[in-house]
Amino acid sequence: MIRLDRVTKQFPGGTTAVDDLSLTAPTGKITVLVGPSGCGKTTTLRMINRMIEPTSGTITIDDQDVSALDAAELRRGIGYVIQHGGLFPHRTVERNVASVPLLLGHDKKKSIARARELLELVGIDPGLGRRYPSQLSGGQQQRVGVARALAADPPVMLMDEPFSAVDPVVREQLQDEFLRLQGELGKTIVLVTHDIDEAIKLGDHIAVLAVGGRLAQVASPHQLLTHPADTFVADFLGKDRGYRALGFDGAEVPLHHESTVVLRDGAITDPAPHDDPWTLVVDESGHPLGWASTDRLGQITASDELALGGTLARRDGSLRSALDAALSSPSRRGVVVDDSGTLVGTCRAHQVLSVIEEQERPEEERVPAHEGGEGGDDGLDPRAPR
Amino acid sequence: MIGTILDWLLSAQTWQGDDGILARLLEHIGYTLLVVVIAAAIAIPLGLWVGHTGRGRWLVSGANAVRAVPTLGLLFALVLWLGPRLSGELYFVLPSVLVLVLLAVPPILSGTYSGVAAVDPAARDAARGMGMTGRQVLRDVELPCALPLILSGLSSAMLQVVATATIAAYVGLGGLGRFIIDGLAVQDYAQTAGGAILVALLALVLEGLMAAIQRLVVSPGLTDNPGRQRSRRPSLRSRTT
Repeated sequence: MIRLDRVTKQFPGGTTAVDDLSLTAPTGKITVLVGPSGCGKTTTLRMINRMIEPTSGTITIDDQDVSALDAAELRRGIGYVIQHGGLFPHRTVERNVASVPLLLGHDKKKSIARARELLELVGIDPGLGRRYPSQLSGGQQQRVGVARALAADPPVMLMDEPFSAVDPVVREQLQDEFLRLQGELGKTIVLVTHDIDEAIKLGDHIAVLAVGGRLAQVASPHQLLTHPADTFVADFLGKDRGYRALGFDGAEVPLHHESTVVLRDGAITDPAPHDDPWTLVVDESGHPLGWASTDRLGQITASDELALGGTLARRDGSLRSALDAALSSPSRRGVVVDDSGTLVGTCRAHQVLSVIEEQERPEEERVPAHEGGEGGDDGLDPRAPR
Repeated sequence: MIGTILDWLLSAQTWQGDDGILARLLEHIGYTLLVVVIAAAIAIPLGLWVGHTGRGRWLVSGANAVRAVPTLGLLFALVLWLGPRLSGELYFVLPSVLVLVLLAVPPILSGTYSGVAAVDPAARDAARGMGMTGRQVLRDVELPCALPLILSGLSSAMLQVVATATIAAYVGLGGLGRFIIDGLAVQDYAQTAGGAILVALLALVLEGLMAAIQRLVVSPGLTDNPGRQRSRRPSLRSRTT
């Protein structure tokens, strides 16, 4: 656990970057510091590993005051990831990853072998280990940066805008893999970003900082979206707050049976008579392929002639994904699948909305009792006994 | 004309003896190496310090201003001022070596400084953030990354010394410059031209040597290679790998 207690940082010249900040980053969780530029989020992060010394206040990691430790030694025990990766251009990729173990005096061969494992863990072909950073793409460099921070297996990781320097598609992919990795590793992570969507996606806890280093609110993503503390936080969260909050509400929506046809060997087998203008096409193992106009079913030969139209909702997914699946489907029936991607039924927008409305009332009691419970778990089912 | 120059260059006689080509060549190389080693011993640590700490940048700009001082004038002034206080061979050698060192320091100093200053701030930040001490950052990150510019500073210093040492023969330093000056004095143009050709060849060989050293000691990650252009923009294809 990282604890900041009444930490203030004033730079020479009188600028207050961080103002009397008290904050806790729980063990094994991702705590995101988010805010507009000039809110002191990076300064806060860099005070944890003493890249910047606070003017006053104390910072402890597992009850150990960081100012009592040797700065370099402290940093060797903390993973550090920065924007652009900050790789050493003169060292090969695997030598970059092995940097901290070698600093700690570990065996060279073992360190390099471990570096290759880590590259694989972050999705880099270990064959690229002998290359130099300049030969990798931006996204690959970021992955290597993460691998390097993980190399000495530090319990704590500090990440400063780790995904900002890559294009949106790669960023999304890196974020997903980062969450998967964190699911396996369970590090105590403090992550800085200016992007509220990234904060909501990645954070277990989000600390919103305002200009001048004032802490505006600390909350789970769901709480933040449903109960912003003040107008600053509300403005910073931006549009579609209510809709985005649904992303953290998991609830069972009524499912309907959907009669389907199977696309096999380039043809629709037995196009059953159907009075709806849209028919759902699945493959042999029941994975939805897309929608087809019922009167054109006979002409379909390949799955790319179908209109998938929209997103698929997972049965245990959020209300947001269920509603989105319904709204984006050409038939207005949202396709719901199970974990393996097999069709389990369809949902209707108006029924999703009813579920949402039923949920509205107990909101006040439910949220405090459910601190940190985001990601749509089953405890939010309104039909569960209260 | 070319024939007589070739005759002079290729005759065994001109290569032999205390004032033959071989002796003068070794002398020239000796002075050059001595001067560059002294200058590097001063300029490289100084440049690393200025680049690493960011303090004393005026030293670099000051040294570059020194480049504007006319070398030949300084050389004569030093010989006239220092010479009488020295005895024997030092009379000529010490002032010349001093002036040449003065000439060689600025390119090495500014090469070293700019090499360190140009290190990617993110790499330096990452180095500190992963727990390197100041000295480790300098030794393991800044110095290796600065090597290309340090070496190019060294090689331009070396070329300047080779060229200026030729002129220093005028005040009695020896080296290949002797042939040019002696040739001019007795109107032996074959000797003058031969000497000039030898100086030019020496410069070329030393330049080639420095290029070879550069290839040997500089990390391939820092030199331009075909992979580099690919790296700047992540493409769809590299994303999936």
